[in-house]
Amino acid sequence: MNRKTLSAAFPVTVPVLMGYLAIGMAFGFMLQAIGYNYIWAFFMSLTIYAGSGQYLGVQLLNTHAALGTVALMTLLINFRHLVYGLSMLEKFRGMGLRKFYMIFSLTDETYALLSSVRVPAGVEPHSFYFTIALLDHSYWIIGSVIGAVAGALLPIDTTGIDFAMTALFVVIAVDQWKAYKKHLPALLGAVVTLVSLTLVGADNMLLPALAVIVAALLLLRGRLDEAEEHSKGKEENPVC
Amino acid sequence: MLTTAQAIAAIAVMAIVTFLTRALPFLLFDRGDHPPKLVLYLGRVLPPAVIAMLIIYCLKSNILAVEANLTALLDPAVLNQWLPALLSVAVVVILHVWKHNNLLSIFGGTILYMVLVQAVFI
Repeated sequence: MNRKTLSAAFPVTVPVLMGYLAIGMAFGFMLQAIGYNYIWAFFMSLTIYAGSGQYLGVQLLNTHAALGTVALMTLLINFRHLVYGLSMLEKFRGMGLRKFYMIFSLTDETYALLSSVRVPAGVEPHSFYFTIALLDHSYWIIGSVIGAVAGALLPIDTTGIDFAMTALFVVIAVDQWKAYKKHLPALLGAVVTLVSLTLVGADNMLLPALAVIVAALLLLRGRLDEAEEHSKGKEENPVC
Repeated sequence: MLTTAQAIAAIAVMAIVTFLTRALPFLLFDRGDHPPKLVLYLGRVLPPAVIAMLIIYCLKSNILAVEANLTALLDPAVLNQWLPALLSVAVVVILHVWKHNNLLSIFGGTILYMVLVQAVFI
């Protein structure tokens, strides 16, 4: 990474800088509120690096979730990354060892930048992508550490701050609602989970809900597959 | 709280699974194979269903409180358990449809919720 690459990449990442500082700070704040300080915030943001995943992680740590539950929940919330990777296969080809970092750091925001950005003339594309990814990651780490430190220093009653996670998911749902033609998958997800919560209870609701959702989506494939084909790739403004 | 070792284990699992979900397409399809249509289909329809599922999961205690007290929803003690969340979710939706600004929607809704549960519905 040289100066020229950095000065080309930085302006591109400014929107992510604002977003990651804010959402990262809220994460650090929530983490501090359940008794984990900035050192935990730093290592979580360094090693996991997923917005909604880490919000959920706070909840998982706080409820002493079993490791199997942790794995399943993390898998579920990150399932959309499967689609991101598919459209980055070409871009990351030939990046050598840096490719591992590119894959690791493929968050919603970095994906959004990389899929839309134009490489300026005279800048090596792979270094450019790598610098963008590295900058985004550092914003996220800095934001979460600031949030955790602020949470420890400021005498604020943080009761209710965990609603930030609900709000984040609602925002993603609104964006998806606009981007998708058919709303059956979203409605199905909500209704099945409600039924599961009522029948199975809060502790073990997710696995049966997910099984039914996947089964129903597979059964409905004939109806849904064609309709969604046209709205592919329209999902805009992802959050975390 | 979890012990330090338990917390580190949970974080390690989150980190590994997150990386695997990002790496899977590269492991499976980087040699030019076309991904199976079924995988692409699930990749399209599963995310909205999962997000809806997670919203219900986030609101589970509010929903259970409503289900357990269907005949006394307006009783102040019961009202406190669902109205703040309902109002805040509504505000997030309205803000987001109106301004389409992620940060405004998330922080507007969260600050409202914190004010409601700390100062209004107590």
